[in-house]
Amino acid sequence: MKRYDAIVIGGGHNGLVTAAYLARAKKSVLVLERRPRVGGAAVTEEIFPGFKFSMFSYVVSLLRPEIIRDLDLPRHGLHILPLESTVTPMENGDYLAAWGDHDETRRELYRHSPRDAEAYDEYGRLMHFMAQAVKPILGMVPPDPTSFAPGDLAGLLKLGRHFRGLGSERLHALVKLMTMSSADFLDEWFETDVLKATKSASGIIGTFLGPRSPGTAYVLLHHYMGELDGVFRAWGFAKGGTGAVSEAIAAAARGFGAEIRCDASVARVLVKNGRAQGVVMENGDELRADTVVSSLDPRRTFLQLLESDHLPSEFVADIKRFKFRGSSGKVNLALDALPSFTCMPGVGRQHRGAFSISPSLDYVERAYDDAKYGEFSRRPYMDIVFPSMIDPGMAPPGKHVMSIFVQYAPYTLNGGWTDAKREAFGDAVVNTVESFAPGFKSLILHRQVITPLDIERITGLSEGNIFAGELALHQLFFLRPAPGWAKFATPVRGFYQCGSGTHPGGGIMGASGRLAAMRILKDGT
Amino acid sequence: MSLRTTPFHSRTGPLSEGQAWRRWAGYVVASSYELSHDREYHAIRNSAALFDVSPLYKYLVTGRDAARLLDHVVTRNVGKAKVGQVLYTPWCDNVGKQIDDGTISVLGEQTFRMTSADPTLRWLHLNASGLDVKIEDVSETTAALSLQGPSSREILQIAAERDLSALKYFRLTSARIRGIPVTISRTGYTGDLGYEVWVDAAQAVALWDAVVETGRPFGITPAGMLALDVARIEAGLLLIEVDYFSSRHAWIESQKSSPLELGLGWTIATDKERYNGQAALEAERLRGPAWQFTGLTVDWDSLEQLYAAVGLPPRLPTQAWRTSVPIYDRGGHKQLGYATSGGWSPLLKRYMALAHLGSEHVPGTEVRMEVTVEHHRKQAKAHVTPLPFFNPDRKRA
Repeated sequence: MKRYDAIVIGGGHNGLVTAAYLARAKKSVLVLERRPRVGGAAVTEEIFPGFKFSMFSYVVSLLRPEIIRDLDLPRHGLHILPLESTVTPMENGDYLAAWGDHDETRRELYRHSPRDAEAYDEYGRLMHFMAQAVKPILGMVPPDPTSFAPGDLAGLLKLGRHFRGLGSERLHALVKLMTMSSADFLDEWFETDVLKATKSASGIIGTFLGPRSPGTAYVLLHHYMGELDGVFRAWGFAKGGTGAVSEAIAAAARGFGAEIRCDASVARVLVKNGRAQGVVMENGDELRADTVVSSLDPRRTFLQLLESDHLPSEFVADIKRFKFRGSSGKVNLALDALPSFTCMPGVGRQHRGAFSISPSLDYVERAYDDAKYGEFSRRPYMDIVFPSMIDPGMAPPGKHVMSIFVQYAPYTLNGGWTDAKREAFGDAVVNTVESFAPGFKSLILHRQVITPLDIERITGLSEGNIFAGELALHQLFFLRPAPGWAKFATPVRGFYQCGSGTHPGGGIMGASGRLAAMRILKDGT
Repeated sequence: MSLRTTPFHSRTGPLSEGQAWRRWAGYVVASSYELSHDREYHAIRNSAALFDVSPLYKYLVTGRDAARLLDHVVTRNVGKAKVGQVLYTPWCDNVGKQIDDGTISVLGEQTFRMTSADPTLRWLHLNASGLDVKIEDVSETTAALSLQGPSSREILQIAAERDLSALKYFRLTSARIRGIPVTISRTGYTGDLGYEVWVDAAQAVALWDAVVETGRPFGITPAGMLALDVARIEAGLLLIEVDYFSSRHAWIESQKSSPLELGLGWTIATDKERYNGQAALEAERLRGPAWQFTGLTVDWDSLEQLYAAVGLPPRLPTQAWRTSVPIYDRGGHKQLGYATSGGWSPLLKRYMALAHLGSEHVPGTEVRMEVTVEHHRKQAKAHVTPLPFFNPDRKRA
């Protein structure tokens, strides 16, 4: 029987990145994907004839440029297109817009508050510095602060020097970012409510927190991170949808010799004498490998693929405590034409960017209130894009697709999710959009509503958490996924983790997958 | 008289949001229509970008000896070309140094259209003595649009109401777009799937309207020279007066280049009779050219370190640059050559440059490129990279 150097469980983008890097290092690699296609939560599917949806994950924010270069992804079809603007419709019929051009954005802000227009630049400058301070951390394997291993000490020393080098002012700002709510943090800077609401919205994505919950300020930073790579306007949209990102990485992996099997569901990891030996498939087949890597989230990696007697009990307890709490849903629409928003009538360049349904801080916080008590938001926060305006190939000529990211839709809904509840949720979303864009509903040709339960059912992400585990401060860096086990290795020798549930996690970034591959290669298995 | 506008100006003029224009052969054309050229660049690789390329010099060469004349001037074999073919070709002086480069479209057995970057009428006449040939300058009477990008075929097929899938790379066909007679050639300056549409200047505006209207559902985007400049570097296509000097404009010998030194050895026919520069080029081919024109990829980590040393994240050029930049050996002391164009590829996420280096520096060789970091001259690590940087299958498919 063929014995692989490595088997990667799960063909999501991180699993594929790990596989590609291992194959590039001349290892024999097999990727096993349960679904008929690779991509995990980064898939493009033609749900309605001629209309292609990025079913789940829909923007590419922080895909590491070194991965794009190392794996030569553009040759395999990857093209990341800029998302240019954000327009926030307000309840009074006005709007707030951020455009690609700096002067234009400043003038627009000036209309709302001359003071904020000036503060905006200073704020951007500070966030830029902060992102620069945090960025090196993303690229390094997190050291364990409780360990005395030389590698950890060196890493901690480097980190300590790094933070000391920031200077007191920036260090204070960093502490604020780490501890405050995004609403409070933004209050220190701006007076325009709609501006604070729209900015804070980026701090709540994928968490079960509201803009007034402490700890959300840190997530604001993520928006500035990509810019540091000189990759102008790093927030982008992948040509062909996010599935094209996965397909490009898969093609690169195959190019390096990796084998990828779809419709191949793994039941569990084979462990003998504390060492991974391979995997057992759902159909009973056994496949052997020296190294087994799981790209699944921590809960499934440790509680489903392994029998608990292979793991220390404190570790099992830590993993059981790891929070998922999916809080977002998705509504994908096929449209006959583009909707016209009351605040900016007609069809134009505004449709090439995002519409943020975050008219006020109260609006967003109220959306959270519903979720806190087990209901989906009656008037949710939404991030709307029209992918067909950026890549016309996503819909038939003249037609459009509309992607609506919706928060909040709690995984644990009062009475549980049913088909009727799903449709009611879809109605709440569509009706809310209609209130900002009258006539919009009549343009809908097809509607796909995705709840956190659907995300879990289709992609396997526990509780439908889009980040494979909440991106909360207590679950980041050396705590991701569990204290002492943040360096991609696991208590089982030869068994590694490489998914978004490991550091740094989150978004279509690929950093976890890359760092995991580096670790595996360094360990020399 | 001031600078001229092209036959499309009544359409391109109002589109210019930032009034950013560039001079080209005595005309003004858009640098970019929007305030930033980002979206225009991405349209080239993502959907379809529409360029006004009317300022090109265009000559109609007809008559019994038309092919003979052109064969005497350029390095490709024109006599062997079939009707409907387009040849990209350089042409040289008598000692094999390059004067210019352009295209020759074979419109009929005895009808050719030649495009050039510099005026070429006198040079053609000089070479035509005793030949039965008519040379007509049609630069002003022929307008041209270039439609480049993955959706370009789909748009033109609808506009011309015919299948273009059989039109191969560097072939042309005559067609009608809304009744307007045009020539469509599968050519361009982007290294992507793309076409150029040649039309009588009097019908230029109607053609523009037809193409733009057809292309709208496909994301057609009028684009300017800044976007084109990035794409042509990705495609490794050289630009006269930037990447090389015409031997007729050079002041000193070392400013001149031969096609072999510019990576155009493939354009030098070995199966034809006397042409300008033949002896010199044949001898040079035998001994091997001293110089090469090649790609360089600037090492990201190296650039990042140079900037980190002064406490900054890497700064990248926001536009393609066209200045001469020294290239050194890996020790950083011996100069090996110079880069002439460069820029950041938003698609490839690479800092790329086009450079003249000694022929011995094969792909993969590590070199140093001069970069200015906070007013100080530094050297960034770079690697010799074969051209083109980007070469999608769809270009020829």
